[in-house]
Amino acid sequence: MDFGGIDPVILIATLIASAVPILLAALGETVVERSGVLNLGVEGMMIVGALGGFVIAVQTGSPFLGFVGGAVTGAALSLIFAALTQVFLANQVATGLALTLFGLGASSLGGQGYNGIKPPATGQFFPDALADLPVIGPIVFGHDWVVYFGVAMVALLWWVLKSTRVGLIIRAVGESHEAAHALGYKVNRVRLGCIVFGGAMAGMGGAYVSLIRVPQWVDGITNGVGWIALAIVVFASWKPWRVLIGAWLFGGITVLQLNLQAAGSSIPVEYLSMAPYLITIIVLVVMSAGRKGKSGSNAPACLGQNFHASR
Amino acid sequence: MLRLEKRPTPSQFWLYATPVVAVLLTMIVGGMLFAAMGKDPFAVIRTIFWDPLFGGMSGYLRGQLIVKAGPLILIAIGLALGFRAGIWNIGAEGQYIMGAISGAAVGLYFHSMEGFWIFPLMVLAGALGGWAWGMIPALLKTKFNTNEILVSLMLVYVAESILAMAATGFLRDPDGMGFPGSKNFRNYPSAHNADLIAGSGLHWGGLAALIGAMIVAAILLWHVLGFQIRLAGQAPRAARFHGVNPSKLVVLCMGISGGLAGLAGVFEVTGPAAQITINFNVGYGFTAIIVAFLGRLNPIGIVLAGFLMALTYVGGEMASTQLGLPTAAVQVFQGMLLFFLLAVDVLTNYRVRVGSGAVKVGG
Amino acid sequence: MNRRTLLASAAMGLTLAFGGQAFAQGMDSAKVCFVYVGPIGDGGWTFQHHEGALAVKEAFGDKVEIQFQESVPEGADAERVLTQMALGGCNIIFTTSFGYMDATNAVAAQFPDVKFEHATGYKRDSANVSTYNARFYEGRAIQGHIAGKMTTSNKIGYIGSFPIPEVVMGINAYYLHAKAVNPDVELSVVWAYTWFDPAKEADAAKALIDQGVDVIAAHTDSTAPLAEAAKTEGKVIGFGQASDMAAYKDGPRVTSIIDNWAPYYVKRVGALLDGSYAQADAWEGIAGGEVEIGEITDKVPADVKAEALAMSAAIAAGTYHPFTGPINKQDGTPWLAEGVTAPDGDLLGMNFYVEGITAEIPK
Repeated sequence: MDFGGIDPVILIATLIASAVPILLAALGETVVERSGVLNLGVEGMMIVGALGGFVIAVQTGSPFLGFVGGAVTGAALSLIFAALTQVFLANQVATGLALTLFGLGASSLGGQGYNGIKPPATGQFFPDALADLPVIGPIVFGHDWVVYFGVAMVALLWWVLKSTRVGLIIRAVGESHEAAHALGYKVNRVRLGCIVFGGAMAGMGGAYVSLIRVPQWVDGITNGVGWIALAIVVFASWKPWRVLIGAWLFGGITVLQLNLQAAGSSIPVEYLSMAPYLITIIVLVVMSAGRKGKSGSNAPACLGQNFHASR
Repeated sequence: MLRLEKRPTPSQFWLYATPVVAVLLTMIVGGMLFAAMGKDPFAVIRTIFWDPLFGGMSGYLRGQLIVKAGPLILIAIGLALGFRAGIWNIGAEGQYIMGAISGAAVGLYFHSMEGFWIFPLMVLAGALGGWAWGMIPALLKTKFNTNEILVSLMLVYVAESILAMAATGFLRDPDGMGFPGSKNFRNYPSAHNADLIAGSGLHWGGLAALIGAMIVAAILLWHVLGFQIRLAGQAPRAARFHGVNPSKLVVLCMGISGGLAGLAGVFEVTGPAAQITINFNVGYGFTAIIVAFLGRLNPIGIVLAGFLMALTYVGGEMASTQLGLPTAAVQVFQGMLLFFLLAVDVLTNYRVRVGSGAVKVGG
Repeated sequence: MNRRTLLASAAMGLTLAFGGQAFAQGMDSAKVCFVYVGPIGDGGWTFQHHEGALAVKEAFGDKVEIQFQESVPEGADAERVLTQMALGGCNIIFTTSFGYMDATNAVAAQFPDVKFEHATGYKRDSANVSTYNARFYEGRAIQGHIAGKMTTSNKIGYIGSFPIPEVVMGINAYYLHAKAVNPDVELSVVWAYTWFDPAKEADAAKALIDQGVDVIAAHTDSTAPLAEAAKTEGKVIGFGQASDMAAYKDGPRVTSIIDNWAPYYVKRVGALLDGSYAQADAWEGIAGGEVEIGEITDKVPADVKAEALAMSAAIAAGTYHPFTGPINKQDGTPWLAEGVTAPDGDLLGMNFYVEGITAEIPK
């Protein structure tokens, strides 16, 4: 079944895969922002993870270790952010931007000499018997393990934030860090943990780009996808399931517009290339318009504010 | 064990010493990085910081500092107003592009004519273009409560698409052999934003930046709007009790920062960049955010921060060309400078104390 | 070179100095500078230019000093880098991207003793500016022939960068030659609006593959389309672009277009050194060595390979021109009559598809 010459099964399968970097990074940042920290350095952490993952995968020959390496590298870079905002109480917006700048430069510097190398390939997770089933085969079973990891993380984070003590502490720290401190929770330590988690997820998302999606290492390979991830976090009202929808929506429109071009559609290319961004804005407006009754947006109340224990 | 204790009032000494200390720390650590890469650290540091100001080509390069710093300052002072009030305009890059397109479109429409009125009209169009682009997130926030960070950021990508359309389509030079890019403004004296003093690098944009900084400083210090902005940022509830209308503030701050970014755009595209091309925008809108914070959201500080950033760009480029330093190393260096500035800045508001600070009870 | 030749060329140079545009003296040594639009590690466009630069160093040894700056944005930054290079003593500067055109000409006017060579441009506003380009469409013709013969789905694809004449030329050449051997072939074009963005190119390639395309040519420069084709395990083939991309030889890459700037660079620097340098507008192809056809792998059937090599030889010998009539424009109006070859002017300004392509060129 086609419409406009495009096969929806292949389209959906492709968009799920292309949304993975955004999904992973956005999930990590969701946790970070829930704890009250706004880390605009996602792009920097992603690209550093892309390089780190690539280098480890090439050196060890194992793509899995590559992903671990990407996560570790992203987390390491996020420690700089954590130190500056939690210990030195620097402004979070400025620090995040500085992190991106530094990450872009560091990855470019570190990546010299790794251009044009092919990384070890990551295969399909499920056997062909399942992946070849009609319709549900490519959509559900035809992906690599990172895709399933991403969806599993969505479910895990949703459950953690909603029902566990850890999640409650994170949310408390994000909504009112003074109260959380009064209750005896170590605000800065909780935030540190969340920041490192966010860095690891962003690093993994970046590694996905350099190890599976493209796959290669080149300067600037992530090309702004970290900013999209930040936007998706806000779009999703800081809720994990909505992050999944946002990532799929954005990835889907991006993939759709390319497929429309390839199918020879008559919609002008320029409008197609703007479509993902415009549609994201429109959907967000529609979603936030419904919440006009509340006194503010759904953002964690202490988002962006540093905490310093005065006692 | 070391801990931080908030100062009752910010330390005047550290307010001025912080940037100096940060620059020195960056030079040391950066120098170590350059040495590790096999370059002479003193030569690199000198090329970045000293040569553009006092070295062989400084006659030319000092002007280039103004060229680079002008748009950064102009955009940053507008952003600072919003940031102080907690209004996060992350889309200045998009407003910059739209201002450039609007101003250029007006200029190209009248390109066959001459007249002193053409340039002011273009500047006005540019400011309006940027203002309008900034109004979109503002109105969406006031009417629908939509987060302005997301909207303004997405609009940057939309603006870049429109820029590509302009360069390959509606603003393309018909005599340009089919290549993308508008007519070059250098050929149209009425529309060209030339250096006010030839070769000095000071064009209308640079002048606007300096005048703008003074005006914004005046607003912040003496005008009621400035008071409202500062209040809204530091004590939102008190601001509401005082009668500050948050919607009005959002519209004003986004509008002003959008308009200033649009101004920077039109000055840049009619001056140093000289034509609309697919990627004439080099990220000033984002760098300006960093400049705004480096300047501590204060117009005078922003002027200094703008020049410091410009110095690292111009000097870094020189180091790249002449010493073979990879451009990436310069970016790392800039990132480090920012990190150190942000880290050392803590001493302005906090004191370092030894001990656990526990309150002694009894006795 | 013996003294007599040196004196002869000096004498000739002096004579020509009072007329024409040749430059008189040779030089003992020269500083040769390059401005790159991307990083030298891109494995594509800039990488190949840098290979040319290295070839110059190898050819002339101590007589030349090479300096380069990578990732220079177009516009004001380009002008500054060029001015710095000229002030810093460069004798000849190669600017390797179309977008540097106005900057090159503007700076050239201020430094008449420095030679400027602008790639893929057309403006030569002063006597010290030369332009050079390569006939990439010759390589596209060969790719199209192979594509038409080897496609099994009769759908071939092209990833375009920007809708400019150079790309349209490439698409037309590719399509014409595929159609000539396979009348049922259909062409799909996806516009990436970038010269180099591996993620976007991978997405574009995937979109084409999802639509059933099994031969992909790309005007964008990364290996991403080949990597994407490699995932189909043999079903989709592609071509190396700008560089040989030999890593994919045992995969989808069946041949490639290699930008080989070395012969031109060595020629020009040599002319500068021996005094025979003259302003030029060079547009070489396979004949001049600037367009190299990369090794055709065994995946290509022997007869097709032979035909492709024969076409390449014929183009090199000048006996075959890829745009030979009868060819009509997309709307049916005649463009080239039977046997007539396309004049360079038509190609340089090409803004129409040929008959048979169903898509529209974006405005």
